[in-house]
Amino acid sequence: MTTLAATTLAEHIGSAQIVVCCGSGGVGKTTVAAALGLQAARMGRRAVVATIDPAKRLADALGVPGGLSNEPVRLTIDGPGELWALMLDTASTFDGLVRANAATPDQAERILANGFYRNVAGSLSGTQEYMAAERLHALHDDKRFDLVIIDTPPTRNALDFLDAPNTLTKFIDHPLFKILMLPTRRGLKVLNVAAQPILRTIGKVVGGAALTDAIAFFQAFSGMETGFRQRAEEVMNLLHEDVSRFVLVASPRADTIEEARYFADRLQHSDLSVAATVVNRCTPTFGELPASRPGDSEGAALYDNLAELKAAAVAERTQASELLADEAVHTTWVPTLPEDVHSLDSLDTIRGLLFDSASE
Amino acid sequence: MGPLQFLTSATVTIVAGKGGVGKTTVTAVLARAAIRQGLRVLVVELDGKPTIERLLPGIEVLQLSATAALAEYLDTHGFSRVAKRLAKTGVIEVVAAAAPGIDDIVVLGKIKQLEMSGDYDLVVVDGPAAGHAISFLRSARSLMDTIRGGPVHTQAGEVAAMMTDPARCQVVLVTLPETTPVNEAVETAYALEDRVGIHLGPLVVNGVDQGGVLPAESAESGSALRLAAEFRNARRTMHATECARMADELALPQIHLPLIAGSQLSADDIEKLADAFLQVSAQ
Repeated sequence: MTTLAATTLAEHIGSAQIVVCCGSGGVGKTTVAAALGLQAARMGRRAVVATIDPAKRLADALGVPGGLSNEPVRLTIDGPGELWALMLDTASTFDGLVRANAATPDQAERILANGFYRNVAGSLSGTQEYMAAERLHALHDDKRFDLVIIDTPPTRNALDFLDAPNTLTKFIDHPLFKILMLPTRRGLKVLNVAAQPILRTIGKVVGGAALTDAIAFFQAFSGMETGFRQRAEEVMNLLHEDVSRFVLVASPRADTIEEARYFADRLQHSDLSVAATVVNRCTPTFGELPASRPGDSEGAALYDNLAELKAAAVAERTQASELLADEAVHTTWVPTLPEDVHSLDSLDTIRGLLFDSASE
Repeated sequence: MGPLQFLTSATVTIVAGKGGVGKTTVTAVLARAAIRQGLRVLVVELDGKPTIERLLPGIEVLQLSATAALAEYLDTHGFSRVAKRLAKTGVIEVVAAAAPGIDDIVVLGKIKQLEMSGDYDLVVVDGPAAGHAISFLRSARSLMDTIRGGPVHTQAGEVAAMMTDPARCQVVLVTLPETTPVNEAVETAYALEDRVGIHLGPLVVNGVDQGGVLPAESAESGSALRLAAEFRNARRTMHATECARMADELALPQIHLPLIAGSQLSADDIEKLADAFLQVSAQ
């Protein structure tokens, strides 16, 4: 593990097949993911960057005016490699998985048409993260690419797909699913809703129609768990292989670093480790202060400004280093730009800051 | 509009915005400013963030989760026997999937109950997690359509009545003076007005680097002084430009909170920002 920890970000990008970027919102995680992809392409790799963020930030960062879709689009860049990008559509990825795992086309259609399924596919917590893992697997198998970079959603449960495969999809292992499936296993095909007090209660709260839909979904889904679980195990294995790397993205703000540490613990809990940390949007450093503060107002204003920025940079660096606490992991400090990143040119500036400057 | 007028124009103020823009900071600043004005204040935290309590010593904070709110709701609606079991087994997830928005409506229902209690002049809600603001605020209307009767329908109706009454509820959108956050704030503002019919209070722009243009060219080219001044000027220009662009696109008053250096805000910083808030909103 020590050899991996000492590896620089550039070395990771040169050798990995999968890079998972995690971190909280507002730290420029999407921009960093895109910049990693740009660097990979410059190094001659065929990289694809996948985002889950529906806020079109990746499209913004890449300067793609029409936005991105569920299918990868190739971007025009300088350099020997290729850069592709896509925005993950959770619902259609889920649909694909249902079609692939259903025993018959009829079973697939029954599930896809179910109202409860439509809600689950779009909104049940954990679904988005699970579908990201699923898509990661598919992109890794796609011969067009040799590096997949995933920009995870900016939530605490972004890494929930790392849970042991038997708890991977919440609805499969859900108590309600078990309640519903138990009588089926006993051979009682017709489920008596009224016999289940818990279902009666739910029915009173949400209304009968919603409950009927839910029951129909779980019954139609019966038998597909095995396929889902197997796929989930494959994803887990892939993430545990040496080809996968986890990059934490934070800003010097304490709350974002706390989130990064939360993710680091989360990875450790699943026997995985952080490959590199990026602290983005740091106050830049400009050089030493002159020996004395000038007497004229113009000179004093310039002196004070440099002193203020310097103090801010030092404070950020000290506080952030303390919070990061893990000296074994390579950290790259990226200064903030005075402007937003929304073109390939400004993305290239970030790429330069990530890879070209000496950082420790 | 004076600060007191803004802080008392609605009993419930929901602070909303994308992740990383500083919703929790703004929630804390509004609460602190309101306390200074002698108001009885309750802070409601939806994101489970413990930081808010550290930022607001002496102010009442209620951590509200959908699970706890649903359990309480069921308990008070005659389902007490199964309420605990439901909450414990995580069935709430399935209930929420069966009727999207039900987890949100129990949370909003609890907020409505606090509003109706008369115990508070101001209830500040540290808004829902990033990305959920619109669906969260729309949940009452959606549920009234999907569930045609029963206790949830009634609850949704009462919540909708609160949310569309500007004297009872307002939303304060928080953003940063940068391109993407401003675009997102503009989109969210239109969506909230069109699709939720909720009253929007002033926009709060967080972390604005204020101050005039520094005489960068009076320093030697390439020097640290010059580069630092150019950086500061470029950032201040961007902040001013983005605030102006937002003013063009959204006819809402803006309250700018100054940039505070350092990686971790303290209760003292919140006091300073509350000063700034009371000063600017008095102008």
